[in-house]
Amino acid sequence: MTAVSEVLARAKDEGRAALVGYLPVGFPDVEGSVRAVRALVESGVDIVEVGLPYTDPLMDGPVIQTAATRALEGGVRVRDVFTAVRAVHEAGAAAVVMTYWNPVLHYGVDRFAADLSAAGGSGLITPDLVPDEAQEWIEASDRHDLDRIFLVAPSSTTERLRMTTGAARGFVYVAALMGVTGARTSVGDAAGALVERTRAVTDLPLCVGLGVSTREQVAQVAGFADGVIVGSALVRTLVDAPDPDTGLADLRALARELAAGAREGGR
Amino acid sequence: MISETTTERLGRFGDFGGRYVPEALVAALEELDEHRQKAMSDPEFLGALAELHRSYTGRPSIITEVPRFAEHCGGARVVLKREDLNHTGSHKINNVLGQVLLTKRMGKSRVIAETGAGQHGVATATGAALLGLECTVYMGRVDTERQALNVARMRLLGAEVVPVDHGSRTLKDAVNEAFRDWVTNVDSTHYVLGTVTGPYPFPEMVRDFHRIIGVEARQQVLDAYGRLPDAVCACVGGGSNAMGIFHRFVDDPDVRLIGLEGGGEGVDSGRHAARFTGQATPGVLHGAYTYVLQDDDGQTVESHSVSAGLDYPSVGPEHAFLRDSGRAEYAPVTDDEAMEAFALLARTEGILPAIESAHALAGAMKVGRELGPEGLVLVSLSGRGDKDVDTAARWFGLLSGEEIVEAEQKKAEEPVGESAGSGG
Repeated sequence: MTAVSEVLARAKDEGRAALVGYLPVGFPDVEGSVRAVRALVESGVDIVEVGLPYTDPLMDGPVIQTAATRALEGGVRVRDVFTAVRAVHEAGAAAVVMTYWNPVLHYGVDRFAADLSAAGGSGLITPDLVPDEAQEWIEASDRHDLDRIFLVAPSSTTERLRMTTGAARGFVYVAALMGVTGARTSVGDAAGALVERTRAVTDLPLCVGLGVSTREQVAQVAGFADGVIVGSALVRTLVDAPDPDTGLADLRALARELAAGAREGGR
Repeated sequence: MISETTTERLGRFGDFGGRYVPEALVAALEELDEHRQKAMSDPEFLGALAELHRSYTGRPSIITEVPRFAEHCGGARVVLKREDLNHTGSHKINNVLGQVLLTKRMGKSRVIAETGAGQHGVATATGAALLGLECTVYMGRVDTERQALNVARMRLLGAEVVPVDHGSRTLKDAVNEAFRDWVTNVDSTHYVLGTVTGPYPFPEMVRDFHRIIGVEARQQVLDAYGRLPDAVCACVGGGSNAMGIFHRFVDDPDVRLIGLEGGGEGVDSGRHAARFTGQATPGVLHGAYTYVLQDDDGQTVESHSVSAGLDYPSVGPEHAFLRDSGRAEYAPVTDDEAMEAFALLARTEGILPAIESAHALAGAMKVGRELGPEGLVLVSLSGRGDKDVDTAARWFGLLSGEEIVEAEQKKAEEPVGESAGSGG
C-alpha cells in the first residue's frame, strides 16, 4: 500500500500541495483506463481517485456521468476497479476508490475492503455515505487498515465538521461549493472559508475538489489546501478525444499543467 | 404496536430507510425535519392544511361500493376510496399541499420535483401556483415525449419542465437530476419528493401527509358497514398511496394489507417492476436502504410496467419493513391483468381508473375470490384514468386502423399524453 498520508506529508515537505486526479475505470475500456491512470501518475499526479461507474451517480455532473455510462455499456464490472488500483500502486502513486455506496454494499463491505487492500489501494471516497450511516464501513476499514475519506460541504455545521473529520482518515474531501462535479469558471470564496472552518476542528490534511479544472485554479487552491482534486477536466480530455492516443496525450499534457499549478501555489 | 416500533432508530423502519446522501444535503434534511416536526404539532399549520384539503382538494374523498364489479370478485363486497376525485386527479395533491406549506414556512421561494409520467409534477406545479412559488419539474426525456399533455399542463401552471437525457431517461433519472439541482440550490429550494422513499425524513413525512387517506377510509367503512374491511388493496410504485391507506390499519391485525406491484410482462420475463417478487434485493437507491431491482454488481436494473406510475426500480423503505415483518403482503399484477381490471371497472361501474389503480383492482379480484361472499375489500383508487385513455384505447384496439393513423398524425402535430403516474 502507498499510503495517502505519506504522499500528502511528502508534498507538504516539498512546500507544495498534492495533486489528486480522478478517472473512472472502464472508460474508454478497462485497458484504456489502466493506461490513463498510469499516464496520470507519470505526469505528476500524486493520488489517483479511481472512480467506480454507477448507474445513478447523483453527485456527478454530465462529463463524469457520460464516461461512467459508457463504461457500464462497455461491460465494466466492480472487480475491474481493483485492476486500475493495482496499476496506480505499481506506478508509484497512492490510489483511492471513489464510489457510491450501493456497489460496495452489494459486493460485500468486508470483501470489498479486503480486495482493495490486496490490490494496494489506500481507501475509499464515499460521496453518498456520510459517517452517520457508515458503521459497517468504519469497522471494515479498521480491520483492513484503509482510509475513510468523507466529504465536508459549505453547508456542514461546526458540529458536523467535528463529527465527520473525527470519523475520517487519510484526508478530508472539502467540497469547494454546493453542487455536483464539473468545471466552473471560478473556484469561489466558499472553499477557502470551509478549509478554514475545517482546520479549526482537525489536523487531517484537507483536499479541495469540485469545480477545479485549470492550472490557475489549482495554484489558487494550493495556496490554502493540502491537496487539490481535479476530476471532470481530466475526464473531458478522454471524452472529447477523437481517438484514444490523442486522448492520452491530451490527458498527460493537462495533468502536467495541473501538477505545475500545485507547485506554484504551495503554502 | 408495529407502527411505533418503526421509530426506534432515527429514520429507520427496522433495517430499512436511513439517509444515504451527499453531506451537502444533510443540513437541508435536518432543517426540513425540524420544521415538519414542529409543523405537525402546530395548530396553525394543521389548520391551514385542513382548510386546503376541504376547500381546494375536495376532502374528505368519498367511498363508493361497486357491486357490479364485485360480481367478478368472488362475491365479496368491494369499496373504493375515491382519491381519483381529488383536485388534479390523484392522491398526489395530499402530499404536495403539505410540502408547499412547509416550503413557505422554511422561507424558501422555489420548489423542484421529479415526475415519471406527470401526476406528481402536475400536483407540484399546482401547489406552487397556489402559493406563488417558482417551480421546476424534472422528467425523463422518454416520459416527456410519452406524456406531452401533462408537460403542457405543468407549463400552463407556470412550471418549468426540464427533460432529462441521462441514463434510461425515465423516472429514476429524473430523481437523480432533482437531487443534483437540490445539492446546488438548497438555500432557496425545497425538493418536493413525490413518494415515500428517499432519505429521512421523506418516507415518514410523505406517509404522514397521505395518512389522511386511511384515516378517512377506516372511519367511513366503519360507519357504513359497522366493521373493518378484511383486506385493503393498493398499488405500489414508490408506494405513497399504499402507505397512506395502510398506515391507519397497521395496528388492526385482522385487516390484510395487500400491495400490488407492476408485474409488467410477468416476473419471469425480466420486464417488470416487481421489487418484492422479482430479483430485487436490499440495497441503496436515491438515499434510502430498501429493496432495489439491481444486477449482480449492484447496478440498478431498469423496470417495466404498462403504468408509468409503477415503473420504478425501488420502493419505499417502510414497505420493505412491512413486507419483511410479515405485516403486509405484496404481489405482482401483470399488464394484462391490470388492463382487464381497468376495463371491468369502466364497464360495470362507469369509473375509469388510473392504470396504476387498476393494479389494486386486479388484486381485489384475487383476494375477493379467496374471501368469498362474506368478505369486504377496501381498494385505494389512487387516481383517475383520463390520462390513460390513449393507452387503453390502443391496448383494447378501440380505434380503427384509419383512426390510429389519424391520431398518430394529430399526435405528431400536437402531442397528446399517454399515461401519467398516480400510483407512486
